[in-house]
Amino acid sequence: MADIRNNFIGIKSPNPFWLASAPPTDKAYNVERAFKAGWGGVVWKTLGEQGPPVVNVNGPRYGAIWGADRRLLGLNNIELITDRDLYTNLIEMKQVKKNWPDRAIVASIMVPCEENAWKAILPLVEETEVDGIELNFGCPHGMSERGMGSAVGQVPEYIEMVVRWCKQYTRMPVITKLTPNITDIRHPARAAKRGGTDAVSLINTISSIVSVDLDSFSPNPSINGKGSHGGYCGPAVKPIALNMVAEIARDPETYGLPISGIGGVTTWRDAAEFLALGAGNVQVCTAAMTYGFKIVEEMITGLSNWMDTKGHRTLDDITGRAVQNVTDWQYLNLNYIAKAHIDQDACIKCGRCHIACEDTSHQAITAMVDGVRHFEVKEEDCVGCNLCVNVCPVENCITMEALPAGSLDQRTGRPVDPNYANWTTHPNNPMARQAAE
Amino acid sequence: MERLGSGIEAGRLSTNEYASNFSDLHPRLDRHEALVAADRCYFCYDAPCMTACPTAIDIPMFIRQISTGNPLGSAQTIFAQNILGGMCARVCPTETLCEDVCVRNTAEDRPVEIGRLQRYATDIAMEEGRQFFERKAPSGKKIAVVGAGPAGLAAAHRLAVNGHDVTILEAREKSGGLNEYGIATYKAVDDFAQREVDYVTAIGGITIEHGKALGRDYSLSDLSAEYDAVFLGMGLSGVNGLGIEGEDLSGVEDAVDFIATLRQAEDKATIPVGRRVVVLGGGMTAIDAAIQAKLLGAEEVTICYRRGKQNMNASEYEQDLAASKGVIIRHWLAPKSIIGKDGKVVGIEVEYTAMTDGKLTTTGETGIIAADQIFKAIGQSFSATGLGALQFDKGKIVVDDQGRTSIENVWAGGDCIGTGEDLTVSAVAQGRDAAESINRMLAAGAQPASAVA
Repeated sequence: MADIRNNFIGIKSPNPFWLASAPPTDKAYNVERAFKAGWGGVVWKTLGEQGPPVVNVNGPRYGAIWGADRRLLGLNNIELITDRDLYTNLIEMKQVKKNWPDRAIVASIMVPCEENAWKAILPLVEETEVDGIELNFGCPHGMSERGMGSAVGQVPEYIEMVVRWCKQYTRMPVITKLTPNITDIRHPARAAKRGGTDAVSLINTISSIVSVDLDSFSPNPSINGKGSHGGYCGPAVKPIALNMVAEIARDPETYGLPISGIGGVTTWRDAAEFLALGAGNVQVCTAAMTYGFKIVEEMITGLSNWMDTKGHRTLDDITGRAVQNVTDWQYLNLNYIAKAHIDQDACIKCGRCHIACEDTSHQAITAMVDGVRHFEVKEEDCVGCNLCVNVCPVENCITMEALPAGSLDQRTGRPVDPNYANWTTHPNNPMARQAAE
Repeated sequence: MERLGSGIEAGRLSTNEYASNFSDLHPRLDRHEALVAADRCYFCYDAPCMTACPTAIDIPMFIRQISTGNPLGSAQTIFAQNILGGMCARVCPTETLCEDVCVRNTAEDRPVEIGRLQRYATDIAMEEGRQFFERKAPSGKKIAVVGAGPAGLAAAHRLAVNGHDVTILEAREKSGGLNEYGIATYKAVDDFAQREVDYVTAIGGITIEHGKALGRDYSLSDLSAEYDAVFLGMGLSGVNGLGIEGEDLSGVEDAVDFIATLRQAEDKATIPVGRRVVVLGGGMTAIDAAIQAKLLGAEEVTICYRRGKQNMNASEYEQDLAASKGVIIRHWLAPKSIIGKDGKVVGIEVEYTAMTDGKLTTTGETGIIAADQIFKAIGQSFSATGLGALQFDKGKIVVDDQGRTSIENVWAGGDCIGTGEDLTVSAVAQGRDAAESINRMLAAGAQPASAVA
């Protein structure tokens, strides 16, 4: 059996599946239920400074996009940090940690960007004996208007400054949660590292308007006819999150910095992909909010079975395995030539590959051969773009087959060069590096 | 109770049983069901379903319009090709047409529910009374249409759209043809056929005169004299006979009459049915009669067909439907004689058949099936008169690929023509296409004889 115990910057949990700081982790009741269901850890919903708690809107907080069968694909929210009293949260956190010593509890914190505010709250959190803190520099809605959340996460200098305060005023491990609402995720990650963070977690939610009510012309969710941008999450954001995780994992300046992967993790497979791209564990929210806490069973068994099948013994065997394969476009091998191949036995003859190729790409798939409906790749026209694979409704019906070295590429009329060659040395590249003479 | 009483009796069931038995066979999909069903469509290129549809409805497009919350646009797509799309959604043997060739069959043996989706869209548009077509400027041309069935209505609508004035002459009391008189009750509940006639004629420019029978009240030459063009869509009003002993006994009836009477009956409890019923035939009429006999409370209903299962005109789906209602279908049995007692049917003697050297023969082996009611469903034939020199072949009107008959300015379509397929949807296609042909002829006639002055 694969060992999926997780040790993330010294914080131990029986599995790498944590619940992210969000509504599911707002109070003891939910967190106890999550632990009973099997979650390895939680990041307790963000605590604010002592004083009157924040208030939430009293109308809808969530909006969504769905597939045709109402499968939730993306969720957006305008909920703020916890709206419960700080001490209520702290007392509950301490009790739950006592009840569940083998599970990870990390406190998410968001207080104003002032040294005293952080200095004040850190000892209070430390007293609960939870395992660490996560700095919420991510939420793009509401709190950001007050100079917190993503307003901090968008300014690397602020990130570095606050992380430094935290490292100075607490011995707890510090995870810095990053906002994706920036141009280049590497800059905030580097700043967090300079400040001394133990890890980064990402992504927080993406600024979004999910839909517009075409009767009232109000954005959704609508509060009395008006809407405000929310934070977008769920399966739809996973590709964005994966890229950002990979960017940090392969950046020389942040290489080796532990990452907690967040963003649309819905199945064990999603989790494994985050791990492969360098995440030490994952945090989940939307999937739990959609299906309840029980889904962690699928994640645990799925990850474990896949690891057993592939012979991976521990999470360390997986983490970062794909990082070395993420590269810049300019280093991709231009001598690698692939052609689409349609398995005629699997083909259901819907013709979508044909029309996609014919209308929008390279006119490389037939519709009719000898008067019969027949879809076949014309190798002499196929550039190997993979569009047909992506639009085909039948899995594995169309596959991309690499041409063996030395074989003829019918499109160019040239044999496939066995040697690696990329854009940096390509003759069409005006910046091509010349070999020293 | 009369439930199991012998002979032909009415009121075998309770009021609730009648209501339940003759309710909508496939109720309309609700919005969620329609969205889920629509999502299964792959929006195929050059879609096989569209090719299989006799009226060539752009099925992937209308399904996509449903999936995007645009059922009215969907209905417009359907009606543009088939103004009787509502009835076709209910009665088309989709399992042998569009749904038979759906690519989902290849992947998972279950097609997109095209028929039910078509009903979803057309029902919404019809309930909202949405008309999608406007009449062109009046052409001043008058066209006579014989028969207010699917072919005649489709022709009339397309002619009216093109600005012509149409008079439909219908022999029966109500319009709709087989849609009104020949379809099983549970396929077109809530007076749908009449609502559809109203929807089609709401375009304007269409007058329907009932009780006007060709050959009795007027002849084709009368119409040719009075109108600019004539479309014949009178269907088949004759019923084939068995030609065997006992055919005249009380209890031997034509299935089409049974179906029509049942359809017209407000209270199904007034329709008598035998305890043991035998239906002779292998087409849709046989199935519709057999199922409804069962639904009226017959204890035992047997379809006898003189050929094999693979030869039956009724689709596999319809055969299964009959079986699910408890109808027994027996093959390779030909009627030999009908047995009576006191002038009433008590049974039927049948003889086994076989194919020998490509010909259907009887084997000599006979048997008797007890029955107190026998329905003949062995086909209908052309029986109109008053058609003058109109050319026929094998008892049906000869037409060319545009629906033109042997007489100038006379077109024909539907079951009465040689290529008629006994399908509502084919009749609609033929009526529509004949109307287009008529329109072209009239437009050409309106042009100067020569383009050069």
